[in-house]
Order: sequence, then C-alpha cells, then structure tokens
Amino acid sequence: MAMRGWPLIKLLPQKTNFHFVKYARFAGVLSVILCVASIIACFYPGLNMGIDFRGGASMEVSKPAGQTIELDRVREAVNGLNLGDVQVQGIARRDTNVDDGSTAILRFQVPEGRDQTQVVNQVEGAISGAVGQVNYSGVSVVGSKVSGELFTSGLLALGVAIGLMFLYIWFRFEPQFGFGAVVGLLHDVILTFGLIVLFKLEFSLNMVAAVLTVIGYSMNDTVVVFDRLRENLRKYKTMPLRDVIDLSLNETLSRTIITGVTAVMVLAALAIFGGEALFGFSIALMFGIIIGTYSSIYVGAPIILLWGVKRGALADDAKPVKLGMASRP
Amino acid sequence: MIQLSRWKVILVVVSAVLGCLLAFPNLLSDQQREALPGFMPKNKLNLGLDLQGGSYLLLEVDVPAMREKRVTNLIEDVRVTLNGAGVATNGFQREAGGVVVTLANPAQGDAAFKALQQLGGQVGPGGQAERTATRLGDNRIRFAYTDAALNGMGATAVDQSIEVVRRRIDSLGTREPSITRQGADRIVVQAPGESDPSKLEEVIGQTAQLTFQMVDVENSVQDALAGRVPPDSELLQGEDGTPYLVKKRVLVSGENLTRAGVGSDQSGRPAIDFRFDGAGARRFGEATAANLQKPFAIILDGKVISAPTIQSAITSGSGQITGNFTIQEASTLVNLLNGGALPAPLNVEERRTVTAELGADAVAAGALSTAVGFAIIVLFMILAYGLLFGGVSVVGLVLNGVLIVAAMSLTQATLTLPGIAGLILTFAVAVDANVLIYERMRDEARAGRSVIASMDAGFNKAMGTIVDANLTTLVAAGIMFVFGEGPVRGFAWTLTIGVFTSVFSSVLVAQVLLGYWLKTAKPKKLPIAE
Repeated sequence: MAMRGWPLIKLLPQKTNFHFVKYARFAGVLSVILCVASIIACFYPGLNMGIDFRGGASMEVSKPAGQTIELDRVREAVNGLNLGDVQVQGIARRDTNVDDGSTAILRFQVPEGRDQTQVVNQVEGAISGAVGQVNYSGVSVVGSKVSGELFTSGLLALGVAIGLMFLYIWFRFEPQFGFGAVVGLLHDVILTFGLIVLFKLEFSLNMVAAVLTVIGYSMNDTVVVFDRLRENLRKYKTMPLRDVIDLSLNETLSRTIITGVTAVMVLAALAIFGGEALFGFSIALMFGIIIGTYSSIYVGAPIILLWGVKRGALADDAKPVKLGMASRP
Repeated sequence: MIQLSRWKVILVVVSAVLGCLLAFPNLLSDQQREALPGFMPKNKLNLGLDLQGGSYLLLEVDVPAMREKRVTNLIEDVRVTLNGAGVATNGFQREAGGVVVTLANPAQGDAAFKALQQLGGQVGPGGQAERTATRLGDNRIRFAYTDAALNGMGATAVDQSIEVVRRRIDSLGTREPSITRQGADRIVVQAPGESDPSKLEEVIGQTAQLTFQMVDVENSVQDALAGRVPPDSELLQGEDGTPYLVKKRVLVSGENLTRAGVGSDQSGRPAIDFRFDGAGARRFGEATAANLQKPFAIILDGKVISAPTIQSAITSGSGQITGNFTIQEASTLVNLLNGGALPAPLNVEERRTVTAELGADAVAAGALSTAVGFAIIVLFMILAYGLLFGGVSVVGLVLNGVLIVAAMSLTQATLTLPGIAGLILTFAVAVDANVLIYERMRDEARAGRSVIASMDAGFNKAMGTIVDANLTTLVAAGIMFVFGEGPVRGFAWTLTIGVFTSVFSSVLVAQVLLGYWLKTAKPKKLPIAE
C-alpha cells in the first residue's frame, strides 16, 4: 500500500490549470460547424431508417455455420417479386458473433394494398428457391400506419425530454444555466444524429432509446459541472466569471474523466460482445457520451459566460431549491 | 454522516438479505422453483420476447369496415320492409350511418314512415333501439343508426374482438399468451415460444363471420359476372371458386349461434352441427318457411361453404352444414364458430417474431457483455482508488446488481435486449456516485482537513450533486416510459430501477463500510489523498 502512485488516482495531476475558456471561441466555432454538418447529413444522405419508422419488413436468414448464403442470388430472387427497395446484407452469426457468410439480414417494403403475410411468405419461398433450405430467425413486419406513429412519438419523446430538462435545470439553478444546459443538449442530440448518419447505423426504436440515454447522461455531466460552478460563484464573489468557470471545470475534471472513461470502456465491451442487435445501440451511446462530456465543458459553460450571471443576486436570492438532500452551502 | 448510525447498518443488511432472497429464484431451474417452500418468492426475471423468442402481433380492429357492413344490412332491411309495406321507392342514397330513401309516390309517405318507425323500434343487442327514422319532407325519409349506437359499435367491437382472440389462442394451446388492448382500437398479442406466427395470424385473422343468405335465383350469375350485379345482391365465390349470386340481406348470422360441433352427414363424411338461440331459431324458421324449395347460401368469411336447397321449414333451431370437409377443417371451423365471430375485420399492423435460438443467442451475448463490462469497472475502480476504497465501490456495485435483479423479479418487469444495455450503463454510472464522493474527499483532504472531517464533508457535499445528476436520468427514463412502446419501455423501467438501487448502494454501502473502517482502523491519513 505504501507504493508511490498507488492507488492510481494519485497519478492524476492534483490541480490542473487548463484555460478551457480561452479555447471556447474556437470550440464554439467547431461545434457550430459540426452541428450544421450533422443537420445537413440528416437530410442528405439522410438517416438510415429502420423498419420501425419506415414500415416494411425485415427478416434474418441463416444456414448452419460454415455454409454460405449467396447474397446476390437472394437479392435477385427477391427483386423478382417487385417489392421496391430490397436490401440484403451479410451479418455476423448470432451464436459465434463471427461473420462467416452464413447469416444475412433482408429488408424490403410491402407495397400498398398487398397483404403483409402473403408477401412475407412469397419472399420466403423465393429465398428457398434461390439458395436452398435456410432458417428464418427473426421476422418483423411493421405497417405504414404504425411506423408513422412510432416516428412521431419518438420525435415527440426527444422534444419533451429536452424541454423537461430545461425546466428542471431552470428550477434547480436559474435561467441562464438552463439555457446553457439545453444548448448543450441540443448540440449532443444533433451530433449524435450526425454520427448515426456517418456510421450508417440503423435508426430504430432502440436508437431513440439510445439518444434519450445520451440526453440523460449528458445532463448528468452538465449538472455536476454546474453544481460546482454555482458553489464557486458563491465562494469567490469577486473572481472574474471566466476564471470561476475555468476553476470549476478543472475541479470536476478528474471525475469527468474517470466516469467518462468507465462508461466508454463498458460500452465498447457491449459493442464488441453484444452481437449485431446491440452494436448500433452501443456505438451511438459511446459516441454520445464522448460528445456529452465535451459539451459539458465547451458548450454549457461558455454559454453562461456569454450570457453572464447576476453575481450579487446569486448570493442572496438564487439559493438552490431545497430537495431535502441538497448540499449545505 | 460518516458516523455509523444503527438504522443505516440495519437498512443495508436488510436490503442485502431481501435482495438475495428475491434474486435467488433466477439461479434455479423451473422444477426447483416449484419445489421452494411457500414463503419463498418464486418469481424469476421476466424475459422479453426478444430474449426468449416468441411472436408479437399488433392488430387493429377495422371499425369503419364493420360500420359499413352494418349500414349495408340496414339498407337491405329498409328495402325489404318497404317492399313488404307495398311502398314504391325511387332511390336509396347511402350516407354516413344510414340511408335516405326517396319515395316514388309522396302519398305513400305516411305509410312508409310508419313502417320504418316500426323497424327502428326493434331493440338491438344493446337493449335499446339503435336505429331511427326521420322525415325529411314529403317523399324523403332518413333511416339511420343513432350516434350513440355508432360510437358504441366501435367500443364493443374491440372488447368482443379481444375476447374472441383470447378464446382462439387458447384453443391453440400456446403457453401464457398475453392479450391486451392498446389505445382505442388496437389489440396486442404476445405469445412466447410460438415459433410459427403465420399459424397464429391465420387463426386470429379469420373473421369467422357465418351468415345465412338466400341465393338470388331471379337473376343469372352470368350477367353478374359480366358486371351487371343487381343492387340487392352480391357476387361471392364458393370454396372451389364457383361463383354464386347471393342476396345481400342476412337472414341469420353467427351471432345467433349457440353451439357448433363436429358431426357427420348421411354418407358419414364430416359435417358441422349447429344450434341457434331463440331469436335465431325464429328468424331461421320464418325464412325457411317462406323460401321452400329455394337454395340458400351458408357463407363463412365471404366464401360460400355450401348452398343447400330448403326442403322443409326448419323451426327447431338446429341444423347441419355439409361440405367437402376433412375432419381437420371441420374441427377448425367448429373452433372458430364456438369462439365466436369477430365483429369486425382485424388487420395485422405489426408483427415481430424471434425464434427461441435467436433469443438464447441474445441472452448469451448480453450476459457476456455484462460480465465483461462488470469486470472492466471492477478492475478500473480498484486500480484507481485502491483495494479499500475501490473495493468498497465494488461491494456496492455487486449489491446494486443483486438489487436490480431482485426488483425486476419482484415487479415482474420485462427485461429486453436494450434493457440489458441499460443495465450495463447503470453500472457504469453507478460508480459515478462513488467517484463524486471520493473526489470530494480528496478535495477536502487537500484543503488540510482531518480524515474524519474530509470523509464527512465528502459525503455531504457530493450528495446534492448525486441527487441532481440522477434526477435527470429519471426524467429521461420517465419520458421513455410515457412515449415508448414495448422494448423502449422495458429499457426505461430498467433504468429507473437502476437509478434508485445505484444511489442507495453506492452511497449507503460506502458510508457503512467506510464508517466501519474508520472506527476500527483509526487511520491517520486518507489512502486516496496525496
């Protein structure tokens, strides 16, 4: 136990003195550019909508390990059924998590006015005809009516989440903190969407859950920084605002790094071992958390700097609302 | 805060024991669980369909189609009633919920109105008159369903459909299907383990509308095939594709059926015996008496099963349907008829199927990544904060895991694949509370406070931040719960349980263990401070 540098936490510099705020302008410009790029990317090339939101069908076909499914022949056979846009993709085997060409996922649309079940049966017939006996393991069909509803409720959920977070921070801190937090959140959500497009991840219901989780985490991160900022604003009444912000960011930096690194490592494990179904989900979460960490340093706090805070008032009437467990000033 | 208070110790010990007790059944096989004594909890984690395999169907009751059908019948009733009263008509104009009749001769207006009033006075299945006649002038009369009846139709149709679907699925013998209503006119069917969703769909999707209608013998089928279908008839097909021209008016329908069973006809082939209730028997008796030597059609879901000729009036209320049935077909039909007809067509709006193997693979992948993630956190915490402080958070983390499993088993919350991911993230964020506390302690120690004071202040000051930070996650989870469907909901619930158990185990467990260490070891300096 008497080793130097054990526990490793002692290796982290005791007191960092990064001048975060100095680079805020540069970071701000970068963030704006990335956000604009992400928004454009959402329309062109656009999100890779899963069947949850686009309607249609997806099915997974597999052969015993070691055999291959000829994707071209499958594509050809299914294309012959006039189903519009058909995608055939090879994926990793579910049991071994290795892509040996024995498993594929198929997505196609069910044209207006044709019976879902019939179409699915026709597709199954066409595939068997083309490549022989295969197993169908996961078949999903979503009607266009339902997919539209799922999409609106998904977007609504994201919007309401951001709105409620704003109200919450406003209630616990004060308007400019709330504003800073929400700008940070929007930034995280937009960039996460940009990443989803960039990595061509399928945007499905699970992905909405991932984005909502990113919102939760990013908020969690922001709150920790803001809490410290509020405390320091009370402690050092005469220190210039930019220095208080720098100080607070430096003080919370060790925690930000430790928690962020843990979360990212764990999600990386999830992406590697969690199989096809969780891959997109964990990748989106992983990058969302990285973005969230960055934004709590470079988006939320600088906004407060731009806006300014009423320093004198803070000490008197902007006391945190007591939730029964709040820290004693 | 760091002083050992008795209630904290008791709380931690009790929750640990309870958690282990509630989580314990998950380690047992089904037989072992059954053998547990009565006072022990028996609930296991409830795996979602994506983890145990099964079918999920979202059905929509086509209420508009049903209303259309009811209106069609109403128009036929009006036609027959006015014919019977000797009133000449000039045209039927269909409108929402009813029909406007134009009379050929305004002088007959009173007679026609009276006849229709009588028709409207008949009590419907709801025990109230559902249809009313209104005069719109000398030669026009509207006859329509009341608004209350039209609205009621939708609500009762969904309720009845749920019942019918339940009876039909029960006859398939799937284990523990769940059938729930969703929104105004939707039904969710979840059948774990059923690997053949098409079979399920086939059984659910059949409307099983059985009707008895007269065959139209006044007009030729050939004319109808050429597109000249008389207004009060419709063109239907038999099982073998033979076209039939059938009167639209329904004499008796499956709703009046009390019992069906598999029987056999004179030559010993499978047939279906049926029996009507009182009203059905009366109407069937009247219709058969009035139409001797004419053929009538027995129609199931728009297909003519058979079209026998009426030999004599059937007043007993029982009869037999013969056709070219195999035993299999006959018993399926009987099941459908006994299960009752769907009051309205059901459309499959969404269908998801996962085979049991795929589910098992998902569970294995989820378990593996949970184990790896857990190991990473344990290693990281011990490396970062040493055996003592890191170890304390690991103990908290293990308890956290046990408590989550316990809470989910207790509430029978459904664990889905994204739920597993939520669980893993919960662990990652759970150590955050410990990190916040430890970092605060280091701050205080750096400011020159004693061990006790800095530990105490660490807990005190970090608490506000921890609560704040976790409330935001709760808000996000709450939203997923309100807006989400199935899997997203499961994820939200996992996250919610996780927030509570995490705060509890990382804060309280750390307080109790570190308090105990403080008391026994009486340290001179904080191991995690420089």
